[in-house]
Amino acid sequence: MFTVFLQFLFSGLTVGAVYALVGMGFNIIYNSTSIINMAQGEFVVIGGLFMWFFSETVKLPFFLSAILTVLAAGFVGLLMERFTIKPLKSNDLLLMIMVTIAVSILMRGLLMFKFGKDPYSYAPFTEGEPLNIAGAVIQQQTLWVIGITACCIVLLFLFFNRTMMGKAMRACAVDTTAAKLVGINVSRVVMISFILSAMVGAIGGIAITPISLMEYDKGPMLAVKGFCAAIMGGLGRGRGAVIGGFAIGILESMTAGYIHSGMKDAVALVIMLAILFFRPAGLFGSVAMSKLRKF
Amino acid sequence: MGRGNSIALVLLVLAVAGLPFVTTGSYTLTVGIFSGINALVAIGLCVLMGSAGQVSLGQAGFYGIGAYVSSVLSIKFGLPVALSMIAAMAVASAAAALLAVPALRLKGHYLAVATLGFGEIINVILNEWGPGGPSGFGDIPHLSLFGYTLSSTTSNFYFIWLCVAAGLVFSLNILNSMTGRSLRAIHGSETASIAMGLDIVALKIKVFVLSAIYASLAGALYAHYVTFISPSSFNLFYSVLALMMVVLGGITNVWGGVVGAVIITILPELLRKFEEFDVLVYGLILTLSLLFLRKGLVPLLIEKAARLKGGTDARA
Amino acid sequence: MRFGKIMLSVVMSVMFVSLLFVTAGAAGKEPIKIGAILSVTGPASFLGEPEKNTLVMLQDQINKAGGIRGANLQVIIEDSKSDETQAVLAAKKLLEKDNVVAIVGPSTTGESMALVPIMNAAKTPLVSCAAGAPITNPVSEREWIFKTPQYDTSAVEAIYTYMKKHGITKVGIITIATGFGDAGKKALHEIAPKMGMTIVAEEKYGPKDSDMTTQLTKIKAAGAQAVINWSVGPGQVVVTKNWHDLKMGIPLYQSHGWGSKKNIELAGKAAEGVIAPLGRLVVWDKLSDKHPQKALLKKFESDYKALYKSEPGTFGGHAYDSLMMVVEAIKKVGPDKKKIRDYLETGITKMPGTGGVYTMSAKDHCGLDAGAFEMVVVKNGDWEILK
Repeated sequence: MFTVFLQFLFSGLTVGAVYALVGMGFNIIYNSTSIINMAQGEFVVIGGLFMWFFSETVKLPFFLSAILTVLAAGFVGLLMERFTIKPLKSNDLLLMIMVTIAVSILMRGLLMFKFGKDPYSYAPFTEGEPLNIAGAVIQQQTLWVIGITACCIVLLFLFFNRTMMGKAMRACAVDTTAAKLVGINVSRVVMISFILSAMVGAIGGIAITPISLMEYDKGPMLAVKGFCAAIMGGLGRGRGAVIGGFAIGILESMTAGYIHSGMKDAVALVIMLAILFFRPAGLFGSVAMSKLRKF
Repeated sequence: MGRGNSIALVLLVLAVAGLPFVTTGSYTLTVGIFSGINALVAIGLCVLMGSAGQVSLGQAGFYGIGAYVSSVLSIKFGLPVALSMIAAMAVASAAAALLAVPALRLKGHYLAVATLGFGEIINVILNEWGPGGPSGFGDIPHLSLFGYTLSSTTSNFYFIWLCVAAGLVFSLNILNSMTGRSLRAIHGSETASIAMGLDIVALKIKVFVLSAIYASLAGALYAHYVTFISPSSFNLFYSVLALMMVVLGGITNVWGGVVGAVIITILPELLRKFEEFDVLVYGLILTLSLLFLRKGLVPLLIEKAARLKGGTDARA
Repeated sequence: MRFGKIMLSVVMSVMFVSLLFVTAGAAGKEPIKIGAILSVTGPASFLGEPEKNTLVMLQDQINKAGGIRGANLQVIIEDSKSDETQAVLAAKKLLEKDNVVAIVGPSTTGESMALVPIMNAAKTPLVSCAAGAPITNPVSEREWIFKTPQYDTSAVEAIYTYMKKHGITKVGIITIATGFGDAGKKALHEIAPKMGMTIVAEEKYGPKDSDMTTQLTKIKAAGAQAVINWSVGPGQVVVTKNWHDLKMGIPLYQSHGWGSKKNIELAGKAAEGVIAPLGRLVVWDKLSDKHPQKALLKKFESDYKALYKSEPGTFGGHAYDSLMMVVEAIKKVGPDKKKIRDYLETGITKMPGTGGVYTMSAKDHCGLDAGAFEMVVVKNGDWEILK
């Protein structure tokens, strides 16, 4: 019985790690602009597909491929910000979110042309049999994903709390005008937040592709789950998204295990709604803080 | 209802009445039918977003409830279609009211996710317990009114646009009434509205229910026109599409919903010539229109018209 | 600034409109027009892509060989975006703007069902590329509707027959939560009592899910002697990998959607030993030379590979069969809708196609049985027919 429970838990961790990595990307852009970037899922897809391209087609070594992929994704983030968000110069958040949706449709189209509609995959980071813990198995790649998620949290925490740029980004989120007054280059902050979040998304894509495969239209599903993770944990809270992601993943897995697999998405959502209704700013968000924000 | 609205309404009625006479076959009319169905959803969403300032990513849920409840009642329980459509709208309103009570306490992104979650839950329910499951089911009867069955494309076209026109008039009236002004006050500042003694919770719930009624009516019309439905027509992509219609047309004016819906429905038809490139061109057009139109097409046109008028006045 | 923007939009619109005209086709001798509605994009694009490629290839081949009755064949392909509404619009467009004599497709059961009333009203034959039994049944209400893919129940029968031979009676099923998986689930339930099989566990997953170990663990715990996965797309690879990782100790069976080398490549070692009922397209080189389908399968697969550098798979085959049937009918009776329909119903006898050998009748608008499948196992990264 315990073995079965453990297996459900591992399955939930695997899925949750994917959601957590996507959810984190949302927070970076939200923290500096209050926008929810609906093209976040496409950054993850870019990560997986570009990694496949560099490592399997161009046959570059693993690390070089990964670095090139992350840089390329950062560049896509830069292009997106410079060509859509910056010229918009709008305070209308809804409009900006719709623009990110339109951009995501455009990106999906481009990815479809380059990569077609087939799923892609490559070898996991370390070859070998899955680990066996008390009769339940966990893939090695899952441990990689969890490890990478942890690294990203620590690095982002340091970035937002210890560096000037990170602090500037947080300042922008709270009050753009005030940030400008104290001499912060808001336009640059927004640009960097897009680059950074695209990079985090791509890292996620690189890590999860050996587990879940990657195809051009996986973005929306990843974005929705990641968005839910970020909301459940409380928008803007780095660790919130991570805990939200794992919570949703484990909830889904337990529902599939103990109730019925057809209901897993619904039950996870119902619990998420229930949490929101009792804590309107998510598990770790503060209502007082959220009232300060425009959206 | 101002003079501009009356003129626009007359023009709309003329265009709708005339379209079947200037086109051959039913292709154009079918595009018109789906435009009308989408327009109903968009009008409801426009009222919700433009006046009450609430975002919904769950309209597909109400749209689906409308389609499924009406179809099931008419097939399984043999209810007359008109009656099952009304029942479907009632069920959707009840669902909306139940959701609205807790959900409307939420703000911004949190409300968006709550409605998104609701829509997805409805979709899972349709997949799991809907007749036919994910494969959907067919042989849904056409709508019959006073012994006349709306089976032809033209009759459906007229009836659906009649519903759109009625929906427009109704929403315009609401927006110009006490309710509408109160709603705009909420949109402006919630704190000030509460201070003025407005029951903002009740008002918000009312508008949310109203948007659900529009969406469920559209869903029922869809089901009884196409006569086949499956859950995939009522998923998150439709909710996003509805949002896109409203933002493109302009949320501050209900006509924006109609215009946006028509554009979003016709656009893929115009892009058929691009074959696979259509996804790309579609994405590009959406991005550019959002970047250039900003407030939406209708408010922009009204602004332009007003400026033009102002300009000639100044010269005269 | 304002002016620049307006100019830009004007330029954009001019470009857009001119593109519309440039792409409009050139005129020539009045070609015979056949419509096709395929899920080229959207969630079912794994079906529409090979189907579209197949139709384009066949159109060129037929026209190079002199066309049909001296006229060129024109296949007008519309993308339904895997959406029923779009499929309805595409059908109306093909019927009225293009005046096609018949329509091939759509790719999915749902879209095909949405077109049934339209095709019956327009009195134009439709040859669907989707498998669902309700597409053509009851035939009395589906006068103008035909389909070429094998029934799901035929695939299930093939699996159950093989299982019984190997002493398996208790199965756990796992299906994708889409129309494809749902149709499979219904067929698995329908046939089980007739063949003495018991379904001890029934699980589902979403089309984009990344881990199914929970579901598989439950199936194992329920005491199943075999797992049957019914899906298409990346899900079937993930299930295969999870099945392998869990070392379940019971065999994994896949649906007829498994028939693509790509799946073996993606699943790698994990795919070894996976069994599936497949149409003969993927194993044509292992058939005896006397087999009526062999020559046709060989030509189709090698032509497709040469042109597109990928495999047509079972689904490309469906489009092949659907189009060739219509072409055959037009060759015999000319481009007349009613005559094409009548020929499809009465004239298609023992016609070899990629999906099997077709014999249509007034009672059966599909014309295939369980004999259309071979049980195939993955061995050393290749297919092998099981006897």
